[in-house]
Amino acid sequence: MNRFTDGSWNPAIFDLPLSSWRERFLGVEEIQASPSGDAAAAIVRLGQEGFTVCVNGETWPEPYEKLWHLRYAPDGRLVALGSREGEWTVVVNGVAWENRFSFVWNPLFSDEGGRIAVAFQQDMAYGMAVDDVPWEESFPNLTHPLLSPDGASCAAVVQTEPLNEGDIFKYRQGIYTAAVGGRPWERRFMNAWSPAFRPDGGSLAAAVRLGPSDYTIAVDATPWEETFACVWDPLFHPQRRTVLAPVRRGGSWWLAEDGRILWDRPFVQLWQQRVSADGKRIAAVVAPSFGRWTVAVDGRPWKADAGEMVSDPCFSPDGGRLAARFKEAGRWTVAVDGRVWNQRRGMVFSPVFSPDGSRVCVRFKDKGRFGYLLDDRPWELAAEAAWDPVFSPDGDRLLLRSLEQGVFRRRVLPLADFGKV
Amino acid sequence: MTGSKTPPPAKTVDEGLERGIAGLTEERIRRIIRRVLAGETGARLKAYVDTCIHCGLCSEACHFFLSRDRDPAYSPVGKVKQTLWEILRRDGRVSPDFIKEARIIASTHCNLCKRCAMYCPFGIDVAYLMLVVRRICHLLGVTPLYIQDTAHSHAATLNQMWVKDDEWIDTLMWQEEEARGEIPDLRIPLEKEGADILYSVIGPEPKFQAQLIYQAAVILHVAGVDWTMPATPGWDNSDMAMFVGDNELMGRLKRAHFETAARLRVNRIVMGECGHAFRSVYDVGNRWLGWSMPPIPIVHAIDFYHELLEEGRIRVARRFEEPVTLHDPCNVVRGGGLHEKARAVIRRTCAQLIEMEPNREHNYCCCAGGGVINCGPPYKKHRVESNRVKAEQIAAAKLKGAKVVITPCHNCHSGIEDIIHHYELGVETRFLGDILYQVMEKP
Repeated sequence: MNRFTDGSWNPAIFDLPLSSWRERFLGVEEIQASPSGDAAAAIVRLGQEGFTVCVNGETWPEPYEKLWHLRYAPDGRLVALGSREGEWTVVVNGVAWENRFSFVWNPLFSDEGGRIAVAFQQDMAYGMAVDDVPWEESFPNLTHPLLSPDGASCAAVVQTEPLNEGDIFKYRQGIYTAAVGGRPWERRFMNAWSPAFRPDGGSLAAAVRLGPSDYTIAVDATPWEETFACVWDPLFHPQRRTVLAPVRRGGSWWLAEDGRILWDRPFVQLWQQRVSADGKRIAAVVAPSFGRWTVAVDGRPWKADAGEMVSDPCFSPDGGRLAARFKEAGRWTVAVDGRVWNQRRGMVFSPVFSPDGSRVCVRFKDKGRFGYLLDDRPWELAAEAAWDPVFSPDGDRLLLRSLEQGVFRRRVLPLADFGKV
Repeated sequence: MTGSKTPPPAKTVDEGLERGIAGLTEERIRRIIRRVLAGETGARLKAYVDTCIHCGLCSEACHFFLSRDRDPAYSPVGKVKQTLWEILRRDGRVSPDFIKEARIIASTHCNLCKRCAMYCPFGIDVAYLMLVVRRICHLLGVTPLYIQDTAHSHAATLNQMWVKDDEWIDTLMWQEEEARGEIPDLRIPLEKEGADILYSVIGPEPKFQAQLIYQAAVILHVAGVDWTMPATPGWDNSDMAMFVGDNELMGRLKRAHFETAARLRVNRIVMGECGHAFRSVYDVGNRWLGWSMPPIPIVHAIDFYHELLEEGRIRVARRFEEPVTLHDPCNVVRGGGLHEKARAVIRRTCAQLIEMEPNREHNYCCCAGGGVINCGPPYKKHRVESNRVKAEQIAAAKLKGAKVVITPCHNCHSGIEDIIHHYELGVETRFLGDILYQVMEKP
């Protein structure tokens, strides 16, 4: 791969022109930027030969009849799903897995990127494969594929028996459950959704339906003793090793922990619960009243709210601060610790905290052009594309990756130079 | 066209109903009814019940009543009288057989079309009252088999048609390849974060009508739209859970749909030509979740085609020559006010529009919506016989020269096809997208 940067945190701008790609190939799909900004890649169309991937101007050696879902893993490996002669596989840095499948989809990466998982279908049987090793057992269907944060375990909701369309009675007896590493839980449910691993991968929880209107959370196949009118996605508390889930009771939503109501007040809606890394604070998106949305921390909603949408709450690495995306009157912004930024854009992406939590930067898109906001201060790059900002480990500099006038640009800049270069 | 005097299908054998009531006790029925009335209805139900003066003006609005020779049992108020009023009058002490009959009335004798609400002097929403009955029946486990199976599909796959995750993606790739035969550089962009528009469809499109995805892709490509489709569940905007009374499942579906759009960071969701899905994402499902309006704007295909034509992003090469008439879908006309935009699109794309009478917000329902067609073959004969007035509307438009009925809604499309076939009307149905795809300028 041609390197066009020094790959360091030294303040500098490096450019990689991509305009020639459009002349070299019949088609260029969406550009993907590597996490460190030292590479830009895209699926490109060759004509009769099919498709390949172009990375910094160099193509993968073997073309494919079809390639899709090109993504960089967190460790910088470039991954796509490709097919040849009607069979599909995972291609990593241009090298295909040995296993071939009838179809593959939903690639997953462990937090550090060391492990790659994918859902597969082979001759109408469904399973998952991790690093080219398929599950030994397969199923009539599989949904909600999931890889544990450390990559040691993968799981999914599986259908354990064939079901004829129209057989509502067999369905009610329960043919769905979770499978971990290809081994299904012994207990079956009417439905199972949204499995979640404990951070160490040693335990799995899922939302389940025991009957048409009886919902609860099952942990390692054992349902909570309490049932509810509805539940949303479970989440393990990293320190207490308990499971948190929004539950519906009496027409309102509550936050429950291991089946018991945790917060002392309900909400019109409650979801996207998060726990700070130190385990001391719990937050969630809530609707304190119909049509008004905000974030609640330890059960206490922020005073600031939004009428359209609040999403993606995220704690700073030290757990001391909290940010979320807010949308009001068709415009998105960011709220940090209950204070809503003044800058509004057509779209803002996920807020990113500096390592010490003191700074927040976010990518935005407005009228088709991308830019950044740093602590509510805008930088109108007018880029055709941009990727999430990355703070240096010491928090003094920013890595920004953008596509400007056909040039992929890697910027490293001191925070003081934000908006100037 | 002769009127049907076929009695209602009280003897209909529907295993979903028969086995549903088999284990019911009157004690359980009363407990569930009390739970729903006390916990889920409140002032709205009380206002409707207390306000109705039993004048019967709603009757003239109902295509069932008009098609069935003004049988009072088919009037909106008659349906309420046979179900919810009786439940209230008996303080919930009703039998399993009563529940079965109430489910048949609420789910197959009413399309929730809301035409009657316009004729009621007080604006009483009978559709809401029928939904309360459906909700009670759902909690009692008494639901027609076909639509229950569809709801099960929604729960297991988050789509209406048991489409598996890989089948969805494979269908999109297939349609992209097909469309490239016509437009070589066309793409159906999957999982494109930050696109302007998420295009969403209902389950039957990938299952049975994949050419509609092809057509939409051509329209979006030619118009130069920055768009995407998800490669995950959440792509299906349809919602039979709303119609069986499974509100919790409805919420799960709508949350998945909006969160998929939010995950892909799109500005708008453009949906295909479906009416009930529009109702679910624009009115009912979003509000059950706590959103007063859709958190990400929903643009129905009618509205979107209108926008593309008005902005000149799609140009018409040659207008559709055969005279057309328009069926106004209840959910996007009475529920969304898109009737004039639909006509504006037709005026730009078709040589001649012959109006049905009555039309716009006064148009008669197709009799398929509200989940009625989804209750399946056991109720089909009753359904088509209960919409003689729609057949008369179409026949009158045909006499004026119409050869094509444009039905910009999936349920309407299927329902109108059944009516055309049953009454031997000799016209054909088309989606608005079929027409636009046919007449537009393409590279």
